[in-house]
Amino acid sequence: MGNVDLEHADMNFRKELARQPGGEKISACFMCRTCVASCPISAVNDRFHPLRIIRMALYGLKEQVLSSDFIWLCSSCYACQERCPQGVSITEFMTLLKNMAAKEGHMPAGIRAQLDLVKGEGRIYPIDDFDNKKRAKIDLPAVPTTCGVVKELFPE
Amino acid sequence: MKYAFFLGCTIPARSRNYEVSARRVADKLNIELVDVKEFICCGFPIKASDQRSSEIMAAYNLCLAQEKNLDILTLCSSCGSALTEAAHHLSEDDNARDEVNEHLAGAGLKYEGNVKVRHFARVLFEDIGEDKIKEHFQKELSDLKVAIHYGCHYLKPSEIYDGFDEVEAPRSLDELVKLTGAEVVDYQGKKKCCGGPVLPVDENVALSVTKEKLDNIAVTDANAMCLVCPFCSVMYDSNQKSIESEYDTTYNLPVLYLTQILGIAMGFDRKALGLNMNVVKTKELLSRYFSKE
Ligand code: SF4
Ligand code: SF4
Ligand code: SF4
Ligand code: SF4
Repeated sequence: MGNVDLEHADMNFRKELARQPGGEKISACFMCRTCVASCPISAVNDRFHPLRIIRMALYGLKEQVLSSDFIWLCSSCYACQERCPQGVSITEFMTLLKNMAAKEGHMPAGIRAQLDLVKGEGRIYPIDDFDNKKRAKIDLPAVPTTCGVVKELFPE
Repeated sequence: MKYAFFLGCTIPARSRNYEVSARRVADKLNIELVDVKEFICCGFPIKASDQRSSEIMAAYNLCLAQEKNLDILTLCSSCGSALTEAAHHLSEDDNARDEVNEHLAGAGLKYEGNVKVRHFARVLFEDIGEDKIKEHFQKELSDLKVAIHYGCHYLKPSEIYDGFDEVEAPRSLDELVKLTGAEVVDYQGKKKCCGGPVLPVDENVALSVTKEKLDNIAVTDANAMCLVCPFCSVMYDSNQKSIESEYDTTYNLPVLYLTQILGIAMGFDRKALGLNMNVVKTKELLSRYFSKE
């Protein structure tokens, strides 16, 4: 990812980000690297580097950022955001990027599967009769095996 | 004390040990947990891909509690954060509430903005308190040396949690575990994430985050881990074996829920606390606290 290709820079990207929650304060970043030092993912994988993602966004590298696989490696742990001396909402910013990427159709298969499951079934682990049997055995109340309300909350 | 009991998705399907032990402990402490079978997923897993829908799902759950005139109690830190964040946002931002209410109208509901959300551990720490908890103890858990994992979303983002504990120097779980006579063992990287949310994206990355913490605990004299979140348990308990075989190492570190630790001290037996359902075997570690079965 290191090659910063300014030919494809989209100068409106910065403004577009600044208008949305999570993107308002990224231009206050003064590159102290506290976020990188705090990040549990950067600690085990050098493909992921929150400061580099912020810089790329500020350079207007919209396509490169949104189509990347690395933004999805952020675990949303908030370690960076809690410590940023400039008050950059880094975790919220990562969420914003992921949401924008998803809207453009860039989403890892596992994330898409979760989205379909949760919006379709109302649960990430739908419950079946066998689960309820196991629950009954230890005196736990039954949990519904279907969920109709998601259709009302998210009409087609 | 009475709460709408938000089980979420993971606990009823995968972490029944957490659920049974929590119900037992709550019962002892006179915390009434009201089951609401209409609750749906809190929205947490889709926040990354579709934040709007995530908030709508959270708000729907808040509405169900509002109908019953109850605040919400969660066991899962991720459910807790999704619901707390929505509760926080929707109580402050009238426009956001109006927008969400347009969707809720489809289900015949309207959210007013007043429901509070609490993690069980926070209630124990903040509202029940040391004396009332200790009153119910029958056993002293000396010899238990516990490495506590706070996880991220139990405490963060701090702006939604009213400063009930310190993000950079958390102590709520330490204090609760110490009440039992167990020793709390510090280790490097105690405040770090388990890596769980990355599991559906890149299993290797996720498990290496998990492994780092297991390695850091392995060099201490801790003989158990303590958790308050079923996602974290997927990483440390359910996946401990696969990390061991992947990296050709052994931890054999029992992973207990806070409610199981408190429950042992309260005198409940193994089955009542679901200890037979923990993946890493707990029998040898805990045998001294139970009479021969
Ligand atoms: S911690 Fe904040 S200011 Fe420092 S590099 Fe990261 S985003 Fe920039
Ligand atoms: S929130 Fe994301 S970027 Fe920030 S420290 Fe955690 S994993 Fe790293
Ligand atoms: S965070 Fe997890 S367990 Fe909680 S409701 Fe949402 S998906 Fe289910
Ligand atoms: S440690 Fe993991 S599962 Fe637990 S709260 Fe953090 S991210 Fe969530």
